[in-house]
Amino acid sequence: MLAGWVIVLASFGYLGILFAIAWYADRRADAGRSLISNPLVYALSLGVYCTTWTFYGSVGRAAASGIGFLPIYLGPTLLFALAGFILQKMIRVAKANRITSIADFVASRYGKSQLLGGLVTVIAVIGVIPYIALQLKAVSNSFAILASYPEIIMPAKAGAVPVIQDSALYVAMILAAFTILFGTRHLDATERHEGMVAAIAVESVVKLVAFLAAGVFVVWGINDGIGDVFAKAAAVPDLARGLTAAGAPASYGAWGTLIFLALFASLLLPRQFQIAVVENVDVNHVSRAIWMFPLYLFLINLFVLPVALAGLLHFPGGGVDADTFVLTLPMAHQEEALALLVYIGGLSAATGMVIVETIALSTMVCNDLVMPALLRLPILGLATRADLSGLLLDIRRWSIAIILGLGYLYFRVAGEAYALVSIGLISFAAVAQFAPVVIGGLCWKGGTREGALAGLAAGFLLWTYTLLLPSFAKSGWLPDGFIAQGLFGIELLHPQRLLGLSGLDEITHCLVWSMLANLGAYIGVSLKRVPNVREARQATLFVGGAEAAGVSGWRGGAGVADLLPLAGRFLGSERAQEAFDRHARQRGLKSIQELPADTRLVSFAETLLAGAIGSASARAMVASVVTEEPLGIDEVMNILDEASQIRAYSHELEQKSLELRRATAELREANSRLLELDRMKDDFISTVTHELRTPLTSIRAFSEMLHEDPKIDLAQRSRFLGIIVSETVRLSRLINQILDLAKLESGRAEWTVTAVDVAEVIHEAADSLTALFAEKRVRLELDRCEAGLSVMADRDRLMQVMVNLLSNALKFVPAESGRVTVGASGTTSEVLVDVTDNGPGIQLEDQDLIFDKFRQGAGTADVLTDKPQGTGLGLPISRQIIEYFHGRLWVESTPGAGARFVFTLPRQAGDNA
Amino acid sequence: MIRSRLVAPRLAFLFLIGCILFNYPLLSVFSRSGDFFGLPPLYVWLMSSWAGLIALMAWVVERRGD
Repeated sequence: MLAGWVIVLASFGYLGILFAIAWYADRRADAGRSLISNPLVYALSLGVYCTTWTFYGSVGRAAASGIGFLPIYLGPTLLFALAGFILQKMIRVAKANRITSIADFVASRYGKSQLLGGLVTVIAVIGVIPYIALQLKAVSNSFAILASYPEIIMPAKAGAVPVIQDSALYVAMILAAFTILFGTRHLDATERHEGMVAAIAVESVVKLVAFLAAGVFVVWGINDGIGDVFAKAAAVPDLARGLTAAGAPASYGAWGTLIFLALFASLLLPRQFQIAVVENVDVNHVSRAIWMFPLYLFLINLFVLPVALAGLLHFPGGGVDADTFVLTLPMAHQEEALALLVYIGGLSAATGMVIVETIALSTMVCNDLVMPALLRLPILGLATRADLSGLLLDIRRWSIAIILGLGYLYFRVAGEAYALVSIGLISFAAVAQFAPVVIGGLCWKGGTREGALAGLAAGFLLWTYTLLLPSFAKSGWLPDGFIAQGLFGIELLHPQRLLGLSGLDEITHCLVWSMLANLGAYIGVSLKRVPNVREARQATLFVGGAEAAGVSGWRGGAGVADLLPLAGRFLGSERAQEAFDRHARQRGLKSIQELPADTRLVSFAETLLAGAIGSASARAMVASVVTEEPLGIDEVMNILDEASQIRAYSHELEQKSLELRRATAELREANSRLLELDRMKDDFISTVTHELRTPLTSIRAFSEMLHEDPKIDLAQRSRFLGIIVSETVRLSRLINQILDLAKLESGRAEWTVTAVDVAEVIHEAADSLTALFAEKRVRLELDRCEAGLSVMADRDRLMQVMVNLLSNALKFVPAESGRVTVGASGTTSEVLVDVTDNGPGIQLEDQDLIFDKFRQGAGTADVLTDKPQGTGLGLPISRQIIEYFHGRLWVESTPGAGARFVFTLPRQAGDNA
Repeated sequence: MIRSRLVAPRLAFLFLIGCILFNYPLLSVFSRSGDFFGLPPLYVWLMSSWAGLIALMAWVVERRGD
């Protein structure tokens, strides 16, 4: 017997078992041995997608439109083919940012905007309420039908019974209590509920087994296999149409629309996001779910059409609601146990959906709607209260109760106007509004906060107008005229033929308009400005994926002393302490007191808080203790500062490379000078050897002549010998001078520095040359020499200079009329000596050259022999000597008017001695 | 577990195939009366192509060594 108390007992027994499973899984999780950390459990928990819509509603849909129930499951199959791109990316981003809901995800993506999080929450709550109503309707109906066993009586219309006798109300209350027990026992920073996931996975198995059992019974128990069911159906003209083109969805457009809707719903419904993204243990589990979840959908749909056809055959005339066939067929054949199993399966489908959905929604309501508002009210003083974790839990509990209450309200208001599937599709169309901002946010960096707000608002408004309000109107809560003639009787404003767009079913119609407005506003408004700093940073995190994750958005620091109490207020001080301990250990520190007050600690605290109160609120709370100015002109300046620092570095680098270039140039120059010196040395050697060869050649020539011809007469012989002697003298002088020069240049010359009387040296030098002057009949005048001028110098070297200058002058003055005068004068600091002649003078361009080695002034060569008269080393040696004593030697000359060689010596030239 | 760099593109390719298999105009080819071993062609087509697609997805994800 299936008395009412048996059913109630079974229901509570089943819920009790679920609770035990959840409790055990939580225990295991706390011990670090997670039950749910495997791909199979992940795939099964994704089965929360299959609610009573699937369990009861699909059969109803199939009875009405043949194969038309299927797009709702083909869509998710297609989505999971793309899971490797979309879902895994979302999971990575969510884990890196501690994102706990879809509202958090959107808010976080567009610069942690509280307004955006709130809007997403509002849309999600309103959009999902019809869906919750659907569950209440299914559970209360299945209970009522089963309770009337063995009769098969359709339950009374929801609005027809007083609220107090309405079983749906009690279902709602029980589900609320169960969910509160389940999901809000304690506050978890990660917002993960291992126990819940384990229970959901078990529920997925139960509902699949129940449905397959019913399917097997209907196909092989009542009929003779699938072929038999279809053969019988084909014989009934009404049913035969449902299996072919005419029975398929009215248009292929609607079919495609449903696939598209389901594709996004399976990702964006708050409960799907919760299970697939937030509760995910390991991102690698996704890859197996890619085929396991579609396989689950395939199996649970395997018998939908046969059951629908069998139901239509068994209950002709429409007296039994097709949504209940899966339950009423076993009942009609007195299969009590199977009927009870089916009922439990339906209960599984409903509880799974309600638990996950309301927990997800309550998190969103608490974190993105209520807390931001409360924290802004200074009257409440929340910002300074010590422990807010209790308050957070209370807000969540109340949210769960209120959401289920709203679900019940919608059920009372509009529940009877639609079949289960049609109610669910309203919700699908609502969450599809998240698609542009979520998918766009993952692939496009240009989206801005205003764009997301505008897109969501536009899409939501059109959804409300074209789908939600008509659902109220159909159940008589809004005037009939609204859907009969359009708003205010204006046909163009007709909610289901907006601007005259007709020929579409209401879902497709809503989707066309809302998506057009949503996408248009999102992209259009986003393009009004470039993303600001914070949006751009979040965009990089979301679009760039895991590589970019972990970048801290904080530019200030705060210590443990500030952050620990803050976290404690929301998480409870014990949990906060634990989390900080863990963080300290991860960073290799012994205690939390050692944690430095840096941006890493702030980011850790922010993500920790984000788990409890949502990313937008967390940012606001952390900002209150972090010594950081809000993102404004200051932060922009900071960023600019960084930029200018980088510029400074690069400037420095540039400078360095410039220096390097300069050094290179210097080196190159030094190198070329070395090469030049090398070349000069080669020149010098070749000149020296040339100068040595000239006297040697003549000595050899005359010696050979003397040696080979003994008959040379005496006069000739003595002339030759004379030449040989003078050439030898010249040669030895040359060699002496070269040695002398080499010694001077290498600094190895020996100097004996004494006080030297300049006039005395001049006279001595003149004396030694008297014979030569007399021979050439040149006058030498020493009248201008002052006596008593003394310098510190090497007497012999100074003598050498004087002799050089005098013999040099003698060489160039003409014989007979030549005149050489020598003068010496002194100032306090130096002595000046000059040797002046009346020779041909020296060309201006030669005046420097004559001090180079082996260079002689023009016109010094003997015209006949082309033999230079000097060695070309006298002046260079003289200059070396004078410079050694810190003096100067130069020549002043006007061509044709003689030359004047001058040298100076400092009075105190003894320093080098 | 997705090791091979080809897995994601292969799955994306299956996504495109699925979009074509499950939609107009291919759907209209099977959307007619008559039967296929006693079953409606549309039903057989959708269920078999769906199962085939899932099998291919499983094969792409689970195969090793490439």
